[in-house]
Amino acid sequence: MAVQVTDSNFEAEILKSNIPALVDFWAPWCGPCRAMGPVIDELAAEFEGKVRIAKMNVDENPATPSKYGIRAIPTIILFKNGEVVEQITGAVSKSSIKDMISQKALG
Amino acid sequence: MKEYDSLVIGGGPAGVTAALYLLRSGMTVAFTEMLSPGGQLLMTEEIENYPGFPKGIKGYELADLLAAHLEGYHYDKYMDTVKTIEHSPKGNKVLIGDEWVLARTIIICSGAKYKKLGLPNEERLIGRGISYCALCDGNFFRGQTVGVVGGGNSALEESLYLSKLVKKLHLIHRRDDFRATKCVQEKVCIIPDIDIIRSSVVTAIHGDDNLTGVTVKNTKTGDENFLALDGLFIFVGYEPVKEFYPAGLKTDNSGFIITDTEMVTNMPGIFAAGDCRSKNCRQVATAVGDGATAANSAFHYLETN
Repeated sequence: MAVQVTDSNFEAEILKSNIPALVDFWAPWCGPCRAMGPVIDELAAEFEGKVRIAKMNVDENPATPSKYGIRAIPTIILFKNGEVVEQITGAVSKSSIKDMISQKALG
Repeated sequence: MKEYDSLVIGGGPAGVTAALYLLRSGMTVAFTEMLSPGGQLLMTEEIENYPGFPKGIKGYELADLLAAHLEGYHYDKYMDTVKTIEHSPKGNKVLIGDEWVLARTIIICSGAKYKKLGLPNEERLIGRGISYCALCDGNFFRGQTVGVVGGGNSALEESLYLSKLVKKLHLIHRRDDFRATKCVQEKVCIIPDIDIIRSSVVTAIHGDDNLTGVTVKNTKTGDENFLALDGLFIFVGYEPVKEFYPAGLKTDNSGFIITDTEMVTNMPGIFAAGDCRSKNCRQVATAVGDGATAANSAFHYLETN
């Protein structure tokens, strides 16, 4: 299962992570976000130890989404050394996220 | 390589129904859905016209109920996209993600996805002011000014939803009359915060980091005006999800699969059901009917071939 991050632990868990980190910004009322949920959980299992896969509920944590200018969900942001390296908006397939991770985070 | 009596592509109402009927007739079934089951139900706030739910039901609730109906049956589920179908009269070789499987029959229920306007800047500003899902993104535009493009049921229903959140909504429609059903039209026309701009099209999208506005052209007078917007929601129809269709599959001019009334396509052993099929009425109720019919046809095909 992907770990849930919050505004308060975002810096420690994601920006200061010693491995690349992927955050899925979602909300419970968003259908495509619900559709993405199991995909994110499967990715968390597959990339365990290599990429930190996390979810952030934008309803409960308004500061971080606003800092990254998020105005649509689901939005997935890939971080490496605290920097944004790639961003995808909308529900996408597992294979396209895997491709993004291997090219931008592990490549 | 794994082998199945039938492969169902897509987890919307058509696909779930087809899988259910196949499983109940004892077929071995593989089921692909790149996300969680539900398809476009997950993008719909409220389903008011599916019989059996007289008080309406949330799209995601119906999606969960559909998925629950497959619990307890044994089938293989692939959470990935179909990339290629190699068809031969003896069966089909299908690439799902990075795995090949063999399927004696295939039921394509891949559905439809929203169309884009096809204007410069559109792709770049998705998530930066441009959206195709009011339910998902409406909250980010609370108290702001947004545009909605379209004149069908989606455009008007989403406008109703958005009007509860935003300060001002401009509904831009290329014709004078709306295609949406009468009861939705009547609701939209009485909301003062919805400004209806008829006979007009969006000809340009503006913004560097974020959307700033659009150019709207009146198709009768030819006049062009800049309309300042914080958000633009686009609902201009749907197109089939067809990237993986096997070569030679017969479709109409828009790419929707042509079948007979039994969901039989021009390729032996390949059937189609739901929104990806060429038809006039795309509803949950018709998708479910298509799915059951396609499963029945696949079952008879397997018995006789």
